[in-house]
Amino acid sequence: MRHVALMANGVRHELEVEPRELLVYVLRERLGLTGTNVGCDTSSCGACTVLVNGEAVKSCTMLGVQADGTEITTIEGLATNGELHAVQQAFHDHHALQCGYCTPGMVLAAVSLIDSGAATDEAAIREGLEGNLCRCTGYHNIVAAVADVAGVA
Amino acid sequence: MAVTETTGTFMGTSVRRKEDAGLLRGRTTFVDNLTLPATVFMAVVRSPYPHARITSVNLDAVRAAEGVVAAFSGADLAQDWTGGLPCAWPVTEDIKMPTHYPLAVDEARFQGDGVAVVVAESRALAKDAAELVEVDYEPLGSTADVEKALEDGAPLVHDDLGTNECYVWKLDSGDVQAAIDAADVVVTRRYFQPRLIPNAIEPRGVLAQVGPTDEVTLWSATQVPHILRFALQLVIGIPESKIRVIAPDVGGGFGSKLNVYAEEALAVTLARRLGRPVKWTEERTENYQATIHGRDVVHELTFAATSDGTITAVKSIAKCAMGAYLQLVTPGIPLLGAWIYSGPYDIPNYSVTFTGVFTHTTPTDAYRGAGRPEATYVIERTMDALARELGVDPIELRRKNFVKEFPHTMASGLTIDAGDYDACLERLLELLDVDAIKADQASRRAGGDAKQIGVGFSTYNEMCGLAPSRILGAIRYAVGGWDAATIRFQPLGSVQVVTGTSPHGQSHETTWAQIVADQLGVSVDEVEVLHGDTAVSQQGMDTYGSRSLTVGGIALYHASQKIVGKARAIVAHQLEVSEDDLEFENGAFAVKGSPDRSMDIKAAAFQAHAAHNLPDGMEPGLEETAVFDPPNFSWPSGAHAAVVEVDTETGDTRLVRYVAVDDVGTPVNPQIIDGQVHGGITQGIAAALYEEGAYDEEGNLLTTTMTTYLVPSAAELPSYETDRIETVADNPLGVKGVGETGTIAAAPAVVNAIVDALSHLGVTDVPIPATPERVWRAIEEVRS
Amino acid sequence: MIPAAFDYEVAESTDHAIALLGAREDAKLLAGGHSLLPAMKLRLSRPACLIDVGRITDLSYVLEEADSIAIGALTRHKDVTAAALLREHCPIVSHAAGQVGDPQVRHRGTIGGSLAHGDPASDLPAVILALHGELVARGPAGDRAIPAREFFTGVFQTALAPEEVLVEIRVPKLGPSTGWSYTKMSRRAQDWATVAVAAVVERSNGSIERASVALANMGATPIQATATEKAIAEGGSIDDASALAAEGTEPPSDHAASADFRAHLARVLTKRALEEAATR
Repeated sequence: MRHVALMANGVRHELEVEPRELLVYVLRERLGLTGTNVGCDTSSCGACTVLVNGEAVKSCTMLGVQADGTEITTIEGLATNGELHAVQQAFHDHHALQCGYCTPGMVLAAVSLIDSGAATDEAAIREGLEGNLCRCTGYHNIVAAVADVAGVA
Repeated sequence: MAVTETTGTFMGTSVRRKEDAGLLRGRTTFVDNLTLPATVFMAVVRSPYPHARITSVNLDAVRAAEGVVAAFSGADLAQDWTGGLPCAWPVTEDIKMPTHYPLAVDEARFQGDGVAVVVAESRALAKDAAELVEVDYEPLGSTADVEKALEDGAPLVHDDLGTNECYVWKLDSGDVQAAIDAADVVVTRRYFQPRLIPNAIEPRGVLAQVGPTDEVTLWSATQVPHILRFALQLVIGIPESKIRVIAPDVGGGFGSKLNVYAEEALAVTLARRLGRPVKWTEERTENYQATIHGRDVVHELTFAATSDGTITAVKSIAKCAMGAYLQLVTPGIPLLGAWIYSGPYDIPNYSVTFTGVFTHTTPTDAYRGAGRPEATYVIERTMDALARELGVDPIELRRKNFVKEFPHTMASGLTIDAGDYDACLERLLELLDVDAIKADQASRRAGGDAKQIGVGFSTYNEMCGLAPSRILGAIRYAVGGWDAATIRFQPLGSVQVVTGTSPHGQSHETTWAQIVADQLGVSVDEVEVLHGDTAVSQQGMDTYGSRSLTVGGIALYHASQKIVGKARAIVAHQLEVSEDDLEFENGAFAVKGSPDRSMDIKAAAFQAHAAHNLPDGMEPGLEETAVFDPPNFSWPSGAHAAVVEVDTETGDTRLVRYVAVDDVGTPVNPQIIDGQVHGGITQGIAAALYEEGAYDEEGNLLTTTMTTYLVPSAAELPSYETDRIETVADNPLGVKGVGETGTIAAAPAVVNAIVDALSHLGVTDVPIPATPERVWRAIEEVRS
Repeated sequence: MIPAAFDYEVAESTDHAIALLGAREDAKLLAGGHSLLPAMKLRLSRPACLIDVGRITDLSYVLEEADSIAIGALTRHKDVTAAALLREHCPIVSHAAGQVGDPQVRHRGTIGGSLAHGDPASDLPAVILALHGELVARGPAGDRAIPAREFFTGVFQTALAPEEVLVEIRVPKLGPSTGWSYTKMSRRAQDWATVAVAAVVERSNGSIERASVALANMGATPIQATATEKAIAEGGSIDDASALAAEGTEPPSDHAASADFRAHLARVLTKRALEEAATR
């Protein structure tokens, strides 16, 4: 077991983890942050995307021990004072989610994409979301929501 | 979340979804999020062979391993089953029905067939332990090919059945052979539609708890909690009355969760044996082997036509893979397309034959569209082939043969209530601007460009809204096609709706509230929709086959009418007028001609609960249930077009535009309809260009992960252009199904567009998915 | 989805990592983890020990030297993509780094991890090969520079000795007469290349005098299209030279393409890459 200290959604956590525990399981099973979902086992679907030090990372492809000393934002920590983040609100307004399973990862990937300044037009948004799979929406409304927030609609 | 208007008409407006509040914040109840005290974790050991005799299962090492609670072979659990996993659709009297226990006992019949199960104190330890199970296999002959499996001497999936032929089912009308003999033009084309893996992004999961006297609670990522409840009685012998199935938040299904799976029965039986809750979460790689697949059908389709382009007969012969076992509705999937091989066209002579075939593969079952994409693909591809044969414009050929008047009884025998196929096509053509596309095509051809452009069409109709129970009975489906709704006014005026449908992305919490709010004259925010728990929703037939709105939604309408009727009686009694003297509008009853004498429905609800002054004999409370059995299927239709750019040097094909005009009846929520259409289209495009569940000849799955089975991302797709035509369906809300339309329509439009792009080179067909290599080979073939 | 159990050590420095490699049986280095962890989750890879080099701070850099650019092995793909020095002096590297995986992969994955993984389908190995780059390995005996053409020895195999750590990648500064292209075909954006071509060319009077062409996913290692290079050097046309691109290759057959089709793609994409490089 290894000692890990990390910030998750502004809360400091110290815990002992097995080296093989993936960050996504540390979040889900140790910290109770079950908003982050697991959709595949090959780092393909992006459902488990969280922000690590502000950048989108697939939490299934990072060990909990690698997260020692990081600041993590999950979907539960994105709204402030109950107010949805602009990307969450845009997903709601544009009907950019159906079953909602890919949504936490998709929203955080979009937040990271917009923050990086790369969401410059529709093509860039589509390329920028290449690592997140959605089976319900066909991406149409997701792209519209992200374009809306990025101001490129 | 935004608060909506408290009065007004909600039907037809894009009310923002109630579901989003939790889903957007990560406050979700997906099964893997749930735990109970003392939960143990299950892992299934699966056969690495497509077909093998199980000569021994040694569990000594695993039982001694860290954290292992129990381990069982198929033989160890054989006495736990009162029946095999059920197949509810024996499509013919002489269908071959193999027994299908949750764990294989003596033979594994597909790669992924469960042969042993271990239970441990953690997810990780269960996975570690599963690797310690020693199974001795004697590999046996196998085949994954639906045609080779029918050849003499082919390895049998089930020796005791003596054949791989599961059934032969026919539907004939008119005289197809005479029409073919008399035709000026006959085209016959062969198509293979490969396996598709549904890929709900939430894998399956179960959590089972069994009390001391066998009270079962099963949380499952399922589309069908009600069907699962009675199926569990059949498999484990515990009466339905003791079984509670909960489908909490469910992350997509697309048919793959319309089933009764081994792991559901295993988790319950192990929880019963061990006295602890048992949890299992599917891994994606496991999902590709252990959750049903779709398609895997070889078709030969024939159209007969006169020289002026009038189609006189359609004849379809199809061999349909069942996989190794019959899951819940495996044999019936082709039948869901059986009545629509005439498409939206008026074709008087009709013949459809399906042969169900066992192969050493994961069982097939319902995948979005289920039977109708298969039919529509071959019809719409062959429409283009016929147009080429006749030398006419494929748009003109479609127009000429469209059904023009409704209701229309098809040669296959069913009656389409409403539609306007010409209007859909005309609107599509307005949006598309075919002339501009053809001008671009001509200039690229003249310039000899590497990248060529093409446009393809798909005009479709489909039957959904499953289904009239009498018809289901006639075609040997084991259960009914009705659904149930209960509406309950609470004393202070809020409304609970209990539905028998079980949404997993379809937005029923929002749209059902819209329907009920309008009928009762209350706000959508005052209507709470409850679903997915058989203890709450006692009766229902769940969500699949685009049935929820046209069956469950109409049940809501009827329950609403009963509520209004009872409230009317209360108001009439208290205002001392006759019921006929009351008008009901915007949630209030008013005496005709005396609008000041009125009582709103919430006040009536309070009176119903107070019961101080009710008509003699009236029961207190304001709660009504309706069970609705539809008199007909639902008949959406539409016209779709795809524009593709094909790199003729690399075969790389990119979708440039996709335009869809659909008639899904009177809209409840246009934004949600668009979402269903977008998602449906995408799965059809994926089938045309990207996705294929590939086996080698023996039945080893080659596409084992999301890195080789190519679910497309946003980067591969364009935004879509959609519009609607509205014809009013023959039901009280005028509504039609929408969930499967896009998937049914899209694949042939895309492939027709590829063929159009390459037609100047002589290409007439490209197999699907139209990978770069297949497109390139199609070009090379005609060049050489 | 859950790796088999392993021991875990944090390397505080490169020397510490080298010492740990010497001390531990069956140990692997963990940098960004985006090549290794997916294999471990499927239990296709089961190292007994992971040595986490991700906390070594002095191996993430892009530095200008006299006639080359030095890239620290732990520089993440996104930083390679954004590096102004590379964009100015060796843009093919920053361009190709922007093609690796998806944004999440690029946030975590490192150039050194990608190269040391030795995947012949990856983007960066072919690019470094086409550039005739050098890979600097540090071991118990000190540093040695390995030419890219000697570095990749087989599928997932490199010339790194068991106790060596890849510390730096050196690529040449490209002059104004040097053109480049990285032309890739993949099924989906996030997929590995079906085939990709990295081309670096010397131009003179509007034509190509010399070309260095490396192919991804055309064999067990990234491979140089030597017949094409020779034809260009001898004054052959782009058409004629690219027709030779698949000579001497042994491409794999898999779900994405057959060997035949890959050979065809190598020719088509080489032609396109040379044409693009001639004007860029």
